[in-house]
Amino acid sequence: MKRAFVSRTIKVRAASLWLEVGLVGLVVAVVAWGMPASVHAQASASPSARDTAPIDLTGYWVSYVTENWRYRMVTPAKGEYRRIPSSQAALPIINGWDPAADERAGNPCKSYGAGAIMTVPGRLHITWQDAETLRIDTDAGTQTRLFRFTARASTSKPTPSWQGESTARWERVPAPDRGGSLSVVTSNLRAGYLRKNGVPYSEQTTVTEHFDIAPLPDGGQLLLVTMTVEDPQYLNAPYVVSPHFKKEPDGSKWNPTPCSSTW
Amino acid sequence: MFIHVVMRRCAFAALIVALGAGATFAQSGQGVLPGQFEFAGSWAPIGTEDVQNDSVPVDYLGLALTDEARTRALSYDESQKSLIERQCQGWGAAYMVLGPFGLRISAQEDPTTKRIVSYVIDPWEDWNGMTIWMDGRLHPSEIALHTQAGFTTGRWEGGALAAHTTHMKAGFIRKTGVPLSDEATIDWRFFRHGNVLTVLMVARDPVYLVEPAIISKGFRLSQMPLDYRDPCAPGFEGHEPGDRVPHFAADQNPFLDEFMKLYHLPREAVLGYRETLYPEYRKKIKDTYTPPPPCTADCGVAGNFVRRRGPTP
Repeated sequence: MKRAFVSRTIKVRAASLWLEVGLVGLVVAVVAWGMPASVHAQASASPSARDTAPIDLTGYWVSYVTENWRYRMVTPAKGEYRRIPSSQAALPIINGWDPAADERAGNPCKSYGAGAIMTVPGRLHITWQDAETLRIDTDAGTQTRLFRFTARASTSKPTPSWQGESTARWERVPAPDRGGSLSVVTSNLRAGYLRKNGVPYSEQTTVTEHFDIAPLPDGGQLLLVTMTVEDPQYLNAPYVVSPHFKKEPDGSKWNPTPCSSTW
Repeated sequence: MFIHVVMRRCAFAALIVALGAGATFAQSGQGVLPGQFEFAGSWAPIGTEDVQNDSVPVDYLGLALTDEARTRALSYDESQKSLIERQCQGWGAAYMVLGPFGLRISAQEDPTTKRIVSYVIDPWEDWNGMTIWMDGRLHPSEIALHTQAGFTTGRWEGGALAAHTTHMKAGFIRKTGVPLSDEATIDWRFFRHGNVLTVLMVARDPVYLVEPAIISKGFRLSQMPLDYRDPCAPGFEGHEPGDRVPHFAADQNPFLDEFMKLYHLPREAVLGYRETLYPEYRKKIKDTYTPPPPCTADCGVAGNFVRRRGPTP
């Protein structure tokens, strides 16, 4: 009789445990059902950055130069650095700018680095290199930027380069209409120029960018890049600009040109 | 006992989920609904982007103008603003991103529902401010009163504040006299990333713009409240009431070449031709452009910067 009582108690406890699990699961499911999809995406087993992109940046985009025209479409005068908060340490470089020397030294791409490339008039071709890497090719200067959503498995620091190392993440909008923004931080840069006429940034520079999309009245799209360049060596304050690009239907106007230090 | 255990565990699970949901909501900001950001506050201009250049009289860089607009702009004389009846006229809505000042923004709530009815961007001494209606009201009829500020409605969209302005008086899109008609409309987008607010303006005008004028400008959240309000007091500035309106014959504007000569800029760029806004134009002028001589004066910083260390040279 005692054995039968014990057996019945075990069965009741097992049944109650299953019931509890079921009820807890039901509560979790009901509450989770009401959460935004972005929360689901974050919680689920690592879907790729490409599959969970809240905005589509891919395609061809053309610079629409309405701001800083005089500093972007033509090469400004040597020695001019208006609207850039350059430090005292930058002045000898600004005043000593010698494009021919840059060319001879094999550095014609100094004004095409990540600190400046989005402001150089030209076209962007944005594609997914793989599920975790967004790629931007520029026809001006024929540069390639890679925005990695997952850290690269490497033990040694890569050599500084014009486009540096960029880590990316989506900033999602937890609202019914969704949307969002791409946030990118770039460092490990070779020293370059913010403008064609030799206004410098150093290897210590960090570039933080936000990529947003806005509709245009004609049904087109505008890509707005808010970029903040911070350099403890050559800037007294962050340099913030917001170049924008119109979306193009195809790559028919894509026209790669090499870097040039003189134009 | 069984029921008690189940209820206790269910309550625990619900608490865990509620805390998680609360944390998710809290990430979107205190008192701000998901998909929105705190817009109210003082936003200082960053000043690293140039849309008005040196305010020389004939400067239409970065615009795609119709021939009518160009003619009207070339006939404009800045001393019109010294006429007593025009001194306090102020500039139109577009001046929010063209002018040198920051934005002081406040939110007006419905006292009962606590929903935001409108955002108000305070005026400056020569700008009329803007009210962005957030309560879903419709724009007035086409023949309703047009004002310098216009009528603006807004809504949250994709994490940005989107606004639309209509009913603006005929005015200007540049202080250099580039006109904007009363048929113009402006779409705005306000993006916030950290302490930087980027304002995007897309202005359409079937009369004076070949393509929309697109300007973006950065502002930084200011810990100090900004206040640029300064009542305009008209006074004698060399013109008596009833004097003729200062102007030029469009083909005889004495300042036509000033900006071009100053920086060796191509004429079609200074006069606002559409092609000059695209990269192809840069290639077109590559072989003919002569850079200006080295800068010797006023070469450095202009604008409002948040200094991080040391004096600006």
